[in-house]
Amino acid sequence: MKVLVAVKRVLDHNVKVRVKSDHSDVDLTNIKMALNPFCEIAVEEAVRLKEAGIATEVVVMSIGPKAVQEQIRTALALGADRGIQIETDTMPESLSVAKLIAKVVEDERPSLIILGKQAIDSDNNQTGQMLAALTGMGQGTFASDVEIQDNEALVTREVDGGLQTVALRLPAIVTSDLRLNEPRYASLPNIMKAKKKPLDVKSAAELGIELRAHTELLKVEPPAERQGGIKVASVEELVDKLKNEAKVI
Amino acid sequence: MDFELNEDQIAFADMARAFAQNEMEPHAAEWDQEQLFPVEVLRKAGELGFCGLYSSEDVGGLGLSRLDASIIFEQLAMGCTSTTAFITIHNMATWMIDAFGNEQTRQAWCPDLTAGQKLASYCLTEPNAGSDAASLKTSARRDGDDYVLNGSKIFISGAGSTDVLVVMARTGEEGPKGISAFAVDAKAAGITYGRKEDKMGWNSQPTRMITFEDVRVPASALLGNEGDGFKIAMKGLDGGRINIATCSVGTAQAALNKATEYMHERKQFGKSLASFQALQFKLADMATDLVAARQMVRLAASKLDAGHADKTTYCAMAKRFATDACYDICDEALQIFGGNGYIKEYPMERYLRDNRVHRILEGTNEIMRVIISRRLLMQDAAEIL
Ligand SMILES: Cc1cc2nc3c(=O)[nH]c(=O)nc-3n(C[C@H](O)[C@H](O)[C@H](O)COP(=O)(O)OP(=O)(O)OC[C@H]3O[C@@H](n4cnc5c(N)ncnc54)[C@H](O)[C@@H]3O)c2cc1C
Repeated sequence: MKVLVAVKRVLDHNVKVRVKSDHSDVDLTNIKMALNPFCEIAVEEAVRLKEAGIATEVVVMSIGPKAVQEQIRTALALGADRGIQIETDTMPESLSVAKLIAKVVEDERPSLIILGKQAIDSDNNQTGQMLAALTGMGQGTFASDVEIQDNEALVTREVDGGLQTVALRLPAIVTSDLRLNEPRYASLPNIMKAKKKPLDVKSAAELGIELRAHTELLKVEPPAERQGGIKVASVEELVDKLKNEAKVI
Repeated sequence: MDFELNEDQIAFADMARAFAQNEMEPHAAEWDQEQLFPVEVLRKAGELGFCGLYSSEDVGGLGLSRLDASIIFEQLAMGCTSTTAFITIHNMATWMIDAFGNEQTRQAWCPDLTAGQKLASYCLTEPNAGSDAASLKTSARRDGDDYVLNGSKIFISGAGSTDVLVVMARTGEEGPKGISAFAVDAKAAGITYGRKEDKMGWNSQPTRMITFEDVRVPASALLGNEGDGFKIAMKGLDGGRINIATCSVGTAQAALNKATEYMHERKQFGKSLASFQALQFKLADMATDLVAARQMVRLAASKLDAGHADKTTYCAMAKRFATDACYDICDEALQIFGGNGYIKEYPMERYLRDNRVHRILEGTNEIMRVIISRRLLMQDAAEIL
């Protein structure tokens, strides 16, 4: 069974996000970039399936400029077998991403496709769902557990107020939630070995997909700065502030 | 010449930083306070490759350069100075057994050492032979197929919790040429360990005295040849000095990061500390000194990798400069924290305490000056390039 994992390059979750002074976008100058944490969980799940003898090959793909090869290498160091980069000048929107992945799915014919439920930069949470629509495959989003039984994937989903388990006929799409697993560290020897694993580069044009923008970014604003706390002298003052300032009671 | 990290080095550093942030930093204060030696974390570090960075691949090492190792250790030191310093000593001692042990000795120890399953100590200093290490008195007398060790070593990092001791002992004449090095089983009969020293810093690793009383060591455990011991010890220390200097750099970087953040957060006189020019300039000097120290350490590492004729001088200069400069950076960072800098709730005082000993061990910074000036003032000395 072949597993395809699609991963995204995003800014490292440890860095403080800085907005450009003209508010046109987030300033990425000199910013440390990393594998999207949900994608990392997706890779880990695929590698565990391989270690359990269920998956036979783990293919990892990423879309974007040459720099995304860094994240593909990270995934290879975590245990994926080979990589595919779909080269684009900028980071395309979700629908284009889903179309490109669908193309790769057509070529590779994986039995299982695992994605992160969302990327921590754009927080769209839609690529997996769009991919399911484009390919006509079943989807198990927000997965906290994945079990493969015969020709089915049993996916436990974290939904409001509890857990739901769905059975998906393979091939199927799973998007990972935070609790699906705890990703390992790539060991130093595996980082070294990752360099020797195959990495194919294809262009979006080669795949016959036209990248289109459906949204326009108007303005980026940082969240309002948090005000420092104060000490209140009495319960009355506290209640008054909660009523009239915070307006929560 | 290229001053940028390569793709591998970036990936190594990223992983080391994640490991330091998740596995070490959250516990470093507790390890310090409770004097806990985090053996489990060392095992984990071993699984990831941190315990045999520059040892040979045939015994499980990674065969990386000293420059690569320095880049990795720097990230680890940001999480816990003391634990990382021990990992560096372990790497040094492991490399010595790998590089100078015979095949039997290498295979007996190195695979477990590089995997972090076993740990190593470096035993040179004696109660009466510190800076003047070549005057050491611990004796190794040949007796049939064995050597018999007698004497004592002091201030040995990891002692009592490690599995193998790299011991420098006298097999011949007075002075450096009469010294030999051995890989000694830490549990051999006749070895006793002193009480755990109460220290200013480096509290996440034990430091103990070791006494050898008629300890029989098979002759095969000799590293190199008889009389090579001092040279081997000094070769280990060339790299050891880069490693210790690196631990200072990583710690100073952590201190600088914390101080920078604090300057934005803390307000006095109705303004953030970041708006006071005296502190802005202090921060600028700290960052400048830190970059200078880091570059010097990396230069020395690359001299050592290249087998440069003056590698020992470069390692001594880097150790002297970086450990002094980075100690001062930690001190200034503590100052920026004001009273909080002195309180254990914040890591600033620990950074200072842990970094202090780097100016003393693996050769004091005075001895570094002895090494550098001896080279400069040699008869008809060539210029240092
Ligand atoms: C926490 C800790 C861990 C250690 N771990 C290890 C270990 O794992 N293995 C090991 O072998 N050793 C270890 N050491 C020992 C350390 O390397 C020695 O303490 C150090 O080399 C200095 O020796 P000393 O303490 O005898 O000082 P001394 O040699 O007595 O020096 C005292 C002072 O005199 C100065 N001085 C001495 N000679 C000269 C000179 N010629 N010119 C100018 N100044 C001079 C010194 O610089 C120093 O300031 C450790 C020490 C500590 C504190």
